[in-house]
Amino acid sequence: MQLSREELLQAYRRMKVIREFEERLHVEIATGQIAGFTHLYCGQEAVAVGVCEHLDASDKIVSTHRGHGHCLAKGCDVDGMMKEIYGSREGLCNGKGGSMHIADVDKGMLGANGIVGAGAPIAVGAALSLKLDGQGKVAITFSGDGACNQGTTFEAMNLAVVTKAPCIFVFENNHYSEHTGFEYAVGTNKDIASRAEAFGMKVWRADGTDFFAVYETMRDVLEYVRDGNGPAAVEFDTERFFGHFEGDPQNYRGKGELERIRAERDCLTNFRQKVADAKLLEGTVLDAIDEEVLDQIDAAVDAARAAERPQAEDVLTNVYVTY
Amino acid sequence: MTKMMYRDAVRSTIFEEMQRNENVVVLGEDVVGGMGTAGGPEAIGGIWSTSTGFYDAFGPDRVIDTPISESAIVGAAGGLALAGKRPVAELMFADFIGVSLDQIWNQIAKFRYMFGGKTTCPAVIRMAYGAGFNAAAQHSQSVHHILTSMPGLKVVMPTTPADVRGLLREALRGDDPVMFLEHKMLYGVEGEVPDGDYTIPFGHAKLTRAGEDVTLVATGLMVSRCEAAADALAEEGIGCDVLDLRTTSPLDEEAILDSVEVTGRLVVVDEAPQRCSLATDIAALASEKAFASLRAPIQMVTAPHSPIPFALELEQAYLPSADKVQAAVRKVLDWR
Ligand SMILES: Cc1ncc(C[n+]2csc(CCOP(=O)(O)OP(=O)(O)O)c2C)c(N)n1
Ligand SMILES: [Mg+2]
Repeated sequence: MQLSREELLQAYRRMKVIREFEERLHVEIATGQIAGFTHLYCGQEAVAVGVCEHLDASDKIVSTHRGHGHCLAKGCDVDGMMKEIYGSREGLCNGKGGSMHIADVDKGMLGANGIVGAGAPIAVGAALSLKLDGQGKVAITFSGDGACNQGTTFEAMNLAVVTKAPCIFVFENNHYSEHTGFEYAVGTNKDIASRAEAFGMKVWRADGTDFFAVYETMRDVLEYVRDGNGPAAVEFDTERFFGHFEGDPQNYRGKGELERIRAERDCLTNFRQKVADAKLLEGTVLDAIDEEVLDQIDAAVDAARAAERPQAEDVLTNVYVTY
Repeated sequence: MTKMMYRDAVRSTIFEEMQRNENVVVLGEDVVGGMGTAGGPEAIGGIWSTSTGFYDAFGPDRVIDTPISESAIVGAAGGLALAGKRPVAELMFADFIGVSLDQIWNQIAKFRYMFGGKTTCPAVIRMAYGAGFNAAAQHSQSVHHILTSMPGLKVVMPTTPADVRGLLREALRGDDPVMFLEHKMLYGVEGEVPDGDYTIPFGHAKLTRAGEDVTLVATGLMVSRCEAAADALAEEGIGCDVLDLRTTSPLDEEAILDSVEVTGRLVVVDEAPQRCSLATDIAALASEKAFASLRAPIQMVTAPHSPIPFALELEQAYLPSADKVQAAVRKVLDWR
């Protein structure tokens, strides 16, 4: 393991922030405090963090409807995100975007996206821009096992290969697209990575609930892409701990499935176990981080509730740059 | 008469038609729900509960659960129709016409014309549209004006459960491609539904309030806002005709013009932004064909020229309201 103590602590904290951000939203949404459709990232934290810990603000990512984790991992402000989800004028997108459209372009976060499959072509474009800049930067698109069935994803993969774009297709296979099983919806080989391979990309596969597996895999992937070899793809096998959206009755789950994945496939438990076994971090240090993160999320919710509300006249601002 | 919810009117009408005609085929994302899961098929039955029970009754060949592939869904509906079936395709959200527009616009809308009238394309594309859920810029849009602008498509926007049943039957039995737009905020609305196998012909607006002072024209959710405005104004002795267009293509020009001839005052209410909209279309119709009857400039109450914002307050400000409709009515009445 090549991570320093500081890097390990940061990775754990980031995953924990995502976890508690989402756990808290789950509670807040049930109270009717938050409007709209919210898709929680709980369970998949190791993917976002394992990928983004390798990036800086000049690398770009494009996200999905389940975007909170990607945003937080890429450095979006916790308070700003919470305020956005509460629809405040002080939110990251001034209350205009909401959960499904959080973006922070300065951080290299080119947007969550409400249209499944819309992200991949955008990432290819960003990658082509970075290629022109010649600084060895990359663009990464996160896609679900559902999004990989959209024509836009196929077109983007081929375009990236044809143009040797420094683009990485990260497929988060959480086994469900809404209420439909991966086994049904993905026809080819029951594997997303092999599709990418068929487009001519080098591909990797790893356990998305194991932060170290994600992190180590991404080290290789990034080295390959930053070296100018063109695009690459990675499939991470992962789990979604909540419903597709908040309010989903989840009738499609197997008996005891949620309890089982929480018990056996929790990336935070896995991380704690691994660092304890390797005697890298002490449990008490991680416990202290847990406390701090809970306080941070409490503060973010308080701030979001108290934040300024938007005004009717805001509707017509930011439609254009010039009018 | 039976009481029924709008969403149940959609579901029961398709179900009955599938029983009646074995060529009717349903396809779309999660229309079965639960395919390939431990819960098994029918774990959901459509995210709007508009296809519950279909799979169990008609099986996988007629109830086709698709991957997330709107372009292929609409295109396959076109192919099914050209090959003799009567597909009912579902787009979960009307906003996703963006993904499938070529198949809608360049393909199914034009087959019959391009092929010299030698084919029909009886595809019904259902979609949930409209704002009110704070679902933001990509899950709230009204797209009727875009679809209405396309020659070859019929565009239906039912407002009540009774109209859903009559109009959907008409769509399922007609031979043209139909865009069937279901307002998300109406799915839970209950209404009386006539018994029997009735259809409602397209191109016939419905007068839901009668009055001689002002004509209000609307579709979908906006109809109830017009009715609320009309009811409030009626208490002050101001009478409004409220016309629920029901279909925007074909358009019931006669009903609009007949009403304007009496009232001389027209307010058009539209959930979409105003530029190149249904509102401007109807305003143009009235100024072209009822100019002599008009006693005040036509007013349009529409969404502003912006994407749909997320925050509660912003979405409310964005949408036409009964208050805004009332204000427009007063404006046409106060003219000179
Ligand atoms: C073009 C489009 N089609 C359908 C939807 C509705 N929808 C939202 S998320 C989703 C499932 C996506 O599944 P997946 O890509 O596996 O992502 P996950 O939800 O598992 O993170 C669907 C069908 C959408 N938002 N956009
Ligand atoms: Mg998925």
